[in-house]
Amino acid sequence: HQRTMSYDRAITVFSPDGHLFQVEYAMEAVRRGSTAVGVRGKDCVVLAVERRALAKLQDPRTIRKIVSVDENVTLAFAGLTADARVLVNKARVEAQSYRLTCEDAPSMDYMARYIARTQQKYTQRGGVRPFGIATLLGGFDSQGNPVLYQTDPAGTHSSWKAQVIGGRNAKSLREFLEKNWKDGLEEEDAVTLAVRALLEVVDSGAKNMEVCIVKNGSKSTTPTIMNDSELDEYVAKIEAEKEEGASAVPAAE
Amino acid sequence: MDSVLAIRYKDGCVIAADQTNARSVLAYQHNLDKVTELGKHTAMGVSGPNADMVNFSEYISKNMALYEAMNHGSKLSVNAQAHYVRSVLAEALRKGPYQVNLMLGGYDEKTKEANLYFLDYLASMQKVNFGCQGYAGAFCLSIMDREWKEDMTKEEALDVIDHCIGELGKRFVIAQPNFIVKVVDKDGVTVSKFGADPNDN
Repeated sequence: HQRTMSYDRAITVFSPDGHLFQVEYAMEAVRRGSTAVGVRGKDCVVLAVERRALAKLQDPRTIRKIVSVDENVTLAFAGLTADARVLVNKARVEAQSYRLTCEDAPSMDYMARYIARTQQKYTQRGGVRPFGIATLLGGFDSQGNPVLYQTDPAGTHSSWKAQVIGGRNAKSLREFLEKNWKDGLEEEDAVTLAVRALLEVVDSGAKNMEVCIVKNGSKSTTPTIMNDSELDEYVAKIEAEKEEGASAVPAAE
Repeated sequence: MDSVLAIRYKDGCVIAADQTNARSVLAYQHNLDKVTELGKHTAMGVSGPNADMVNFSEYISKNMALYEAMNHGSKLSVNAQAHYVRSVLAEALRKGPYQVNLMLGGYDEKTKEANLYFLDYLASMQKVNFGCQGYAGAFCLSIMDREWKEDMTKEEALDVIDHCIGELGKRFVIAQPNFIVKVVDKDGVTVSKFGADPNDN
């Protein structure tokens, strides 16, 4: 470890084997964060996040993991909450600045590129550390098709059909999504898939997760979070299906 | 040469402005919308050279939207918005002033009351029950003074505005063929009427 530690300090420095250790450590910070799942449906994007157990005296409404960046762009993140606040606010200023200069809303691609570009800047300057967050952006492109973007501490951005960030089980959740995602999911099915994925890592119950369905043309400054009773219905249905699956007699080999 | 008229009534404000865009002896257009909406419950009627008017209005409205975005949808009160506008004017005053005079009116959900402010290019600000910008004041302030009363209805306020517009048409030497009239109340900003459609290009 002696050799690797000397390359931690200034992140503008590569290690001999080509690593940027600060960036990798930032990704570790993301893994320590709570899980966030994004699923692209036929005409919606579902963002679902794990809501970690809060202290009894804490007001849950002040913990926001799904936020609005612009009227058309909703963001969920995994990692350091404080870093997320700073990055989201930068994105919000950029969105308004774009609207002021171009008399038009910024596209999803533009916002994803801006956030990724900002995250990259902090990997190439001395004296700063990268943002310890990965983001999932849900929204619609100029044709009205739903899009889901992801950014990470390295500053890369890419579009996904379904993706999961944060949490220790991201890899296995991604495999779950790969197996179960299909094209043209209706809203209900997209929500079900996202909730099913989350249920693999959180305890059952609406109070342990937060779900937001991003729809086209919402024009709201705050994301519409699904209420607990509706979410409980989804959870109950999924549990019931699991029960049926478990009790069904497997076919003879 | 712009005219802006505004009246506060019991549950909202009426803000009207002429629609002429002109410089010297040339009229560029007669369907300009000089009443900018700031969020859902506030509007400001702005007078001045077109460049300053547009630049200033867009800057203010985008910053209002940014505030809402940053603060999870919570809105500024009309009082706060007026003070913000004044601060922008005051800062620019001794650097590169915005040559705009405006009437800013809105409806506060929280206190359930309407508020109207007069602001000018020197960054003065005054909360008022009614007001005008431009030469219109010389003709209309006396009408408003006479006809405004506490707890007016929307219809009464619109009637006073009509009375003022009529007076301008009769006695003001500069012809202003079109006026746009907007109402700001608990339901938001609605266009009551216009002389020419601003979206008609």
